[in-house]
This record gives sequence, structure tokens and C-alpha cells, in this order.
Amino acid sequence: MGLLVKQKDIVVPGEVLADSIDYLPGMHTYRLNNNIIAKRVGLVEIEGRALKLIPVSGRYLPKVGDKIIAKVVDITMSGWMLNINSAYNAMLNSKDIMRFVRKGEDLTRYHDVGDYLKVKIFNVTSQNLVDVTMKEPGLSPLHGGRIVMINPQKVPRVIGKMGSMVMMIKDKTKCLVNVGQNGVVWIKGPAPEAEFVAIKAIKKIEDEAHLEGLTDRMTQFLDVECAHLQGLKSETQEEEPRETFQSFQRSQEREE
Amino acid sequence: MDGRALDELRPIEAKAGIIKNADGSAYFRIGKTVAYAAVYGPRELHPKFLQDPKTGILRCYYNMMPFSGIGDRVRPGGSRRSKEISMVIQKALKPVLELEDYPNATVDVFIELPQTDAGSRCAAICAAAIALADAGISMKDMVSAIAVGKVDDKIVADLNYDEEAYEDGPVADIPVAVLHNTKEITLLQMDGEISKDELLQALELAKKASDKIAKIQFAALKDKYKVNADQR
Repeated sequence: MGLLVKQKDIVVPGEVLADSIDYLPGMHTYRLNNNIIAKRVGLVEIEGRALKLIPVSGRYLPKVGDKIIAKVVDITMSGWMLNINSAYNAMLNSKDIMRFVRKGEDLTRYHDVGDYLKVKIFNVTSQNLVDVTMKEPGLSPLHGGRIVMINPQKVPRVIGKMGSMVMMIKDKTKCLVNVGQNGVVWIKGPAPEAEFVAIKAIKKIEDEAHLEGLTDRMTQFLDVECAHLQGLKSETQEEEPRETFQSFQRSQEREE
Repeated sequence: MDGRALDELRPIEAKAGIIKNADGSAYFRIGKTVAYAAVYGPRELHPKFLQDPKTGILRCYYNMMPFSGIGDRVRPGGSRRSKEISMVIQKALKPVLELEDYPNATVDVFIELPQTDAGSRCAAICAAAIALADAGISMKDMVSAIAVGKVDDKIVADLNYDEEAYEDGPVADIPVAVLHNTKEITLLQMDGEISKDELLQALELAKKASDKIAKIQFAALKDKYKVNADQR
């Protein structure tokens, strides 16, 4: 009686989490008579008397303040239409980029269809119309590199506490890694091999995000995987312009 | 007829997350009836006139594969029958979904049946419910469906094709979808003859049977994350 689940248990929609009045429904749960019932597949988080769920699946829902990686899919009179890996597209107005755009100017001069941009959501309406901006340090177009899609619910684990996980991947693989809250990850490395390791690491985190002891396993994994990169790195690392790399890292740190 | 007790279900097997391309997917087998469900969305809805600014919508597509029947080729493509079943599946699942968070969007559920031996719409609903949960869509409850009915003078659960096509006595085939916690019924159809008392008895049986199915559906979803754990 009372609580029927433990901390970090996987629960599924319709499952009864607690059957007494002593508990309160939190995020993704609701009360039916005396029972607290789950609404999503997720991990149980018990906070005192409140039961909430951390979802493990589902698509990205735009939220104000999120920094995301978006792809330009269309160009309109006043700006760019962006795909944000969600059910809805976002608008980037020509006023919201760092440079001044003259009236009637060809917008493809700044961002063309197919470009990836790091943007920040500054407004979401009730109908989920999304407005984004690039007028902030750290928000810029992402040139080159490769894109990996991950489950948006796993993004916090990929970033880690205070960005620890993503910093570790950056350190060990010497790749630039940019994680958007919408589950789009941009990776650019000194060599394809290094990028592959980074992708593998991120996929591994995604698969094992709900399991404990992830950081230790990732450290081990990266040590093994990066061992064969050692020789390669010293040759290719010079190609990466130092200055931009460091300034990029600084902007990343500010973000996280 | 096939050696089962009257209230015994055919062997059930369920798996979640088998179609990697989809946002959520599931496999559900009951006896010789097999259903695959794939969920895409919430995603943008086109044509635009179908969009509802108040809520997201659910679209279901039920399809029997050409070789899925008892021997006759099922003509591919939509039919009057598949259209009706698609609609009843949509209506059976809609009440538990919270699509208000996704105005103007759609959630698409595609259900394919490679093999059928009666009870296909129930298997389809069970598979679709697992797939929707796997896709991370808010659901108030789990939906489990089962056919119950009357063969000759006995109330039975989970009719197979031979039972459904029994000719030497009255037969009633009643597909029912039941919500796990509230025991509310979201699908109730009937083919055949049955008295009121017997119908009520049959529905009680359906509620009991749905509990068993819900447990299997829960296990399937939990298994998906356990499998991941074993892979490391």
C-alpha cells in the first residue's frame, strides 16, 4: 500500500505509481481517485510526497530559452523558416540576426536553404508558433561538420552536469561538439575518425542514458576508443585553427 | 475449439520499439494473429484544412497484407472494411491521448497485419497502444482490446477464426477495448446473436482478459529499456 514504485523505476502509461492520498501527482502523472497514474514512459523521480516522471521518449516540444540547432528549410519575405526537429517550424526574422539586412535584400546571402544554425527560442505562442533569434553570443551558423540526431529527452545526459559529459567528449576526441536542446548535435573534428568516435560516444550515451554509472562507463569507453586516434591526432590537429577553436570553446562554456 | 479453456487467451507476445525509423513502434501477436504498429509524430499535418487549432489529431491506418488471410488473397489497398476498422481503432485510442499539447499537428499510426486469424482489430489496437506509449505521447491509460463472444451456448474469450465461423449454433463475436485503470470501454462492436445477460457476462470476461493483456503490454514497454541495459 502507498508507494508502489521505487526511485528511477521505468514506468509506462496507465501504471499505478501510488495508491494513497499521501502522494501528489507531479509532471506527466495524474490522480485518479486515490491512485497516482503515469502518463508517459519514463523514470520515476520521488521528491518528498510528489511523484514525477522524467520521460525517456517523445519528440521535442519548443520551449522559450532553449538553444537549439535548426536547419533552414525555406526563405520568406521577412526571414527564414527553420526545421527544429519538432512538430512545428520556427521563424527567424531578418531583424534577429547579428548583421544588418537591408530592405528587399536577397536573404540567401546570409543563410541559404540547407544551412544549420544555432538559434535561441525567444517566443512560443499557444499555437506553437516559434520565433527564434541569433542575436546573442554563441549563436552562429554551423559550417561543415556533421549532424547527429538524438532523442531530445536524452540531451541533458549528453551534456552532463555543468556540461561535463560534452566537455569530456570534446577533450578526448578533439572534436567541436554543439548540442541543441532539440536533439540535434553538430560535430566537427580534425579527422573523420575522430568524428566517428564522437558520434559513437553520443549514441552510446543516448542508449544508456537511463542507467546509472554512465560517466564512468563513458570515460572508459572514450579512453579505449581514443587510443587508436592518438597518432592521427597529432598530424591533423594543426589543421584546426587554434584561435577559433578556443573562442568557440569559450562561447560553449558560457552557454552551458 | 482448439483445446483452450473458455476464458483462456491464445499465447500472446509483445515487443516495443522494433521499427527504428518510427518515433514509436510495437509488435503484438495473439495466437496466429500478428500486428505491427508504427507511430510517427506529432508532426506537421497536411493537407492544412485538416488541421485543428485546438488540438492535435490522431490518424490510424489499418491494413491487412495480401497474404495475411486464411488462403484467399486480400486485395491490397484500402477497402470498405479497412476504412471502418481504421476509424474504430482511432476512436478506441483517442480518449486516452492528450493531444491538446500539439495544436495543428497530427499523430499517425500505421498498423500492418502480416497474418490474421480473427481478432485482428483487437491485436491492432493493442499494438497501436504500445507504439503510442513508446512514441512518448501522453496517455491517461493503457488500452487493451480483446474479442469475446458466444460460440454455441458458451461464453468464450479470444475467438479464433474457426470459432468465429462456427456454423452449428449461434455465434456472437464482440471486439472490446478496455482502459486498464477505469475499465471504461472505448470499442464495442458485435456480430451475431447474444442475449442481454450473456452480453454482460461476456463484457465481464473481456475486462478480466484485458487485465492480462495490459500486463503484457506493460512488460513489453519495460523490456525495451531492459534490453538496452543488457547490451552494454
